[in-house]
Amino acid sequence: MARYVVLIVAFVGLVLVLSMGLRKDPSELPSPFLNKAAPAFDLPTLENPDQNISLADIKGKIALVNVWATWCVGCREEHAYLMQLAKSGQVPIYGINWRDSRADAARWLEQYGDPYVASGFDEDGRVGIDWGVYGAPETFLLDAHGTVLYKHLGPLSPAAWERDFLPKIKSAESAL
Amino acid sequence: MKKILMVLVALGIALPALAIDTQVAFDDPVLQARYEKIIGEVRCVKCQNQTIKDSNAFLAADLRREIRRLIGEGKTDAEVYDFLVDRYGEFTLYRPRASGKTLILWLAPALLLLGGAVMLIMILRRRMSLPIDDVAASSDSDDAAARG
Repeated sequence: MARYVVLIVAFVGLVLVLSMGLRKDPSELPSPFLNKAAPAFDLPTLENPDQNISLADIKGKIALVNVWATWCVGCREEHAYLMQLAKSGQVPIYGINWRDSRADAARWLEQYGDPYVASGFDEDGRVGIDWGVYGAPETFLLDAHGTVLYKHLGPLSPAAWERDFLPKIKSAESAL
Repeated sequence: MKKILMVLVALGIALPALAIDTQVAFDDPVLQARYEKIIGEVRCVKCQNQTIKDSNAFLAADLRREIRRLIGEGKTDAEVYDFLVDRYGEFTLYRPRASGKTLILWLAPALLLLGGAVMLIMILRRRMSLPIDDVAASSDSDDAAARG
């Protein structure tokens, strides 16, 4: 009898461990930059090829860096919420336009609105790789020192904002 | 039937035509061999379960380009792997390095084997300590059943 109890306990344990694994999304990789300095970059802006935007321009306040592209379905999905966030003025949003064309990106911002303080134009995806980006949209939350507090994969939503961003923003604000 | 078979064989022979990198990256065969080895061991994080050698996702192409650049700049294999792990994490290597977080991956097979061996020895010992009579009796009854 004792032997069966051991077997059943072992089986239930196995089921629990495996079902925990099932609920995880294997495509969500933790960012190696969490709680580390965001990688430096220096890109021409989308609006003006002669003007550059770099990490130094973003530092000094809590900010979002949103990696987006016009070919990216999830970016279209989150765009309305980005507009709403930008209007609320909670945090400045900076864009990295990833592997896109200038004309397409400009048309997109004209058509759907521009939530970004500025967007860097990462045509060959070099900065994307430096930031460990593997699928747009990705949104990084940076504190005033340029430390990555959080990275969100996929479209932003009010739920994700409240659950994942707000608490971190609050604690970063109180640390200032 | 024969025709279908011939078509299938021809398709099979033509498979290399689908190869992703049709151009040789380096003239130097040593560098080319290193390049091929590295891209064959790097996971395409966008299209998991494919190496960046096998994937034609643009991210894989970008990573191949970066690796080509790094090798061209004279970086060692370890430096190229560091470049990738710094950005995408240990998961991007199909052959994770034995250090810190990945140590459990490397030790797990040995530990499991050891556990299995210990269990096997315990079971064998218990069996060996069973009274001989018992074994004889049960085999007798088996024989009886077989004869009956």
